[in-house]
Amino acid sequence: MDLNSLTIHALSEKLSKKEVSSVEATKAYLERIGAVDDKIKAFLIVTADEALKQAEEADKRRAQNNNITPLTGVPISVKDIFCTKGIRTTCASKILAGFVPPYDSTVVARLKDAGAVILGKNNMDEFAMGSSTENSAFQKTANPWALDRVPGGSSGGSAASVAALECAASVGTDTGGSIRQPAALCGVVGFKPTYGRVSRFGMIAFASSLDQAGPFTRDTIDSAIMLKAMAGFDPRDSTSIDAPVPDYLSEIEKGVAGLKIGIPKEYFIEGMDAEVEASVREALKILEKEGAVLVPVSLPHTEYAVAVYYLVATAEASSNLARFDGVKYGLRVNESGNLLDMYKKTRDSGFGGEVKRRIMLGTYSLSAGYYDAYYKKASEVRTLIKNDFETAFKACDIIATPTTPTPAFRFGEKVADPLTMYLSDIFTISCNLAGIPGVSIPCGFTKENLPIGLQILGRPLDETTVLRAARAYERAAGCTLQAPAL
Amino acid sequence: MKYETVIGLEVHAQLLTESKLFCACSTKFGSGPNTQVCPVCLGLPGVLPVLNGKSVEFAVKMALAVNCSVNAKSVFARKNYFYPDLPKGYQISQYTEPLAERGYLDIDTNGGKRIGITRIHMEEDAGKLLHGEGPEDSGSSFVDLNRAGVPLIEIVSEPDMRSADEAQAYLKSLRDIIVYLEICSGNMEEGSFRCDANVSIRPVGAEKLGTKAELKNMNSFKFVKEAIEYEVERQIDVVESGGKVVQETRLFDSAKGITASMRSKEEAHDYRYFPDPDLLPLVVSDDLIEGQRKTLPELPEAKRTRFIKDYSIPAYDAGVLTASRDLANYYEEVVKATNEPKVSSNWVMGELLRLLKEDARDVRDCAVTPASIAGLIEMIKNGGISGKMAKEVFEAMYKTGKTPQEIVKSTGMAQISNEDELSRIIDDVITRNPDNFARYKAGRVQLFGFFVGETMKATKGQANPQVINKLLKEKLDK
Ligand SMILES: [Zn+2]
Repeated sequence: MDLNSLTIHALSEKLSKKEVSSVEATKAYLERIGAVDDKIKAFLIVTADEALKQAEEADKRRAQNNNITPLTGVPISVKDIFCTKGIRTTCASKILAGFVPPYDSTVVARLKDAGAVILGKNNMDEFAMGSSTENSAFQKTANPWALDRVPGGSSGGSAASVAALECAASVGTDTGGSIRQPAALCGVVGFKPTYGRVSRFGMIAFASSLDQAGPFTRDTIDSAIMLKAMAGFDPRDSTSIDAPVPDYLSEIEKGVAGLKIGIPKEYFIEGMDAEVEASVREALKILEKEGAVLVPVSLPHTEYAVAVYYLVATAEASSNLARFDGVKYGLRVNESGNLLDMYKKTRDSGFGGEVKRRIMLGTYSLSAGYYDAYYKKASEVRTLIKNDFETAFKACDIIATPTTPTPAFRFGEKVADPLTMYLSDIFTISCNLAGIPGVSIPCGFTKENLPIGLQILGRPLDETTVLRAARAYERAAGCTLQAPAL
Repeated sequence: MKYETVIGLEVHAQLLTESKLFCACSTKFGSGPNTQVCPVCLGLPGVLPVLNGKSVEFAVKMALAVNCSVNAKSVFARKNYFYPDLPKGYQISQYTEPLAERGYLDIDTNGGKRIGITRIHMEEDAGKLLHGEGPEDSGSSFVDLNRAGVPLIEIVSEPDMRSADEAQAYLKSLRDIIVYLEICSGNMEEGSFRCDANVSIRPVGAEKLGTKAELKNMNSFKFVKEAIEYEVERQIDVVESGGKVVQETRLFDSAKGITASMRSKEEAHDYRYFPDPDLLPLVVSDDLIEGQRKTLPELPEAKRTRFIKDYSIPAYDAGVLTASRDLANYYEEVVKATNEPKVSSNWVMGELLRLLKEDARDVRDCAVTPASIAGLIEMIKNGGISGKMAKEVFEAMYKTGKTPQEIVKSTGMAQISNEDELSRIIDDVITRNPDNFARYKAGRVQLFGFFVGETMKATKGQANPQVINKLLKEKLDK
């Protein structure tokens, strides 16, 4: 087996047995990136020199038996939304031209502390706004399973890089499904933790009350390893939760016997792809066979989730993106020397179409005279959606649904119609509005060999049970570790 | 027609915390441009605010001092607008749920009046623009973000003031309090204490408020008064000549003494306030509130009243002596040692403040200790030195920091009170002036002063005047 197709835990074992070195593994990944990334275009920047240095350090650490974690020496990549000290960070936007952060995001700092090797930074939808990664200002990332299709988004580069075996794992962000949806479309595991579980410091904000970082991995065990390294209270993020981080691995093999799995009727809808529905129902049967009890639940306000999301997220975004004004860093278009003109021209040429659309939507919903009808009303409905989950979790331990209504779509298919594009997040958005943890794991393929994802949602801070159930399915179904032919 | 003026004030006070409201940068005034900044207050991508707990304590202290009720939960909100001195494109402030509400402050114009305080909220300051002060291009503007993120409280009054004098009295009283609490320097020139005024007029007896103008750019008490007085006249002129006052923001031009329109309501910003999702609601516990209440010092008004009552000094003296906490403490220490409140007040208010003012020095940095002043007063009382000499001694004390005893000793300035010695000197004076002695004896009693003067001259002014008087009377009238 090639080094670059191993899971984190398999590679980690080889590293600790000194069968391979981190430098060798890193070189294998850099070679893989060199070989396939022309086709996939998952990376915006590959930091080969820094990665090899980090690999040498990791090998030293392992040789000296100094503070070794399962990630020590493991090559990963991160979405280009995370600030990386001394390495340009673009958020896939032209407006950040030339911006080199003087600090690491907490996520990157923690992964580096764990000894992970950072290979480079992944493509994404500009400012994480999109569901196909087509909104990147720089390049389109291809789905490794079908090069004429999108990898999903906004963390499409991260998902594709893991699926294409260009890294052992990647880190993305999920505001309305931006980890789980591309994970489903690329056939990898994508985990969105509870809001506040992972620090947002240094992660460029799209919608602050929804954004949450999480890992892309080849299996659920890797997901637990990554999560353990990333999670935990950060004094630099006031919204991060000060709660102990459990040892996810120690619980992960406990199975689902007796676990109650809620099946929300609102998530099996008219018009969803038949193959997707069949695969997900098949997955539920496997979980049942493993001893889980399926219980019907209802999340009655689901139909408002997309509308609520596009009011709340755009409102926050319109404010979060105000700092990109040409004054302090990044792009500045200043032809006339007039301040207002500089603001307008900088933002007009720096932001792409979707970002502008969302800034305008958000500005509108916060405006005097509209605030009550839009932003405020949406915030109120958001509470109802949260309450739906609280009620449902009285009857069940986890909730299982499809991750997406359809498998990966073709480039350009939904670009012309933003509303259809927005609907591809229909099953993932509520989880962010409620702030609960959720995972997407591969649960089969369509006849065209496109991956399908099963979504499992859990109670706030109960990542442990979500991982346990995901692992039980993965073990019973054995449908992970499949790689596309490239 | 007769008009009534209606004024409400919005006061911004910079809190004297060591670090900024949402980052660890220093708040020191006067450092080089952009030397007190970090990714958070520069608004770099991805960074997040973390609230400075000290600033909450300070704000709560002010809220309690002006009788506000502190909300158990308040919410930080974003005020969105574009300006180069605002790095994030929004200011973190509080909007619908402020830190504290419903307070009041009593002012003592026209026999006393209570001014309602609507709310006190916390917010961050913006940076500063420097125009044409750059090294290479005088046509450019530059941004200094040292001030960006410095904690402010905004204190909003009810429209309860009816004259510029009342507004000024309220503002002064508010500043006295905030300086007493040691949470703000109160410096209006440096902009640490800023005031905007909402001014309107209405016919006397009318209940409905008139359309208001918001006055800005008044950086002294004098300007606040001038601006309001001008604005009231202006609005009356507008109404009298058949026009309507428009809602607008007006800037005070201190050189011309007028207010001029800056922007009208139609041009007013829509700040699109919404709760800041980067910050949790601010929860202020009862413990914190009670803890702060315990640290509240005696406030200026209470101290003034107590000084008048306990020390029987005039209201004027009490006002001057309580202008700062340090001065009041100083005075009280002097009184404690002398048990002479009025004499102590005369020295502290007169000589001490005069010299401090000449040097623009604070009582805190004064070389004369309260014990030294008390010693000086004691010396005068027991005749050790004359009042006139005492002033010279005091100046020497002020310059050198030495005790009055040390100075009197080293300069030989001690007063001659010894009757035998003075008796000899007076005899000598009489012998040397037989003509005047004879005239005095013949009834020219006005010559008494001549003999006092001669005796003083003979002792180089060091004679105790009371003893001279006594001895001269004995000798001349014998
Ligand atoms: Zn700072």
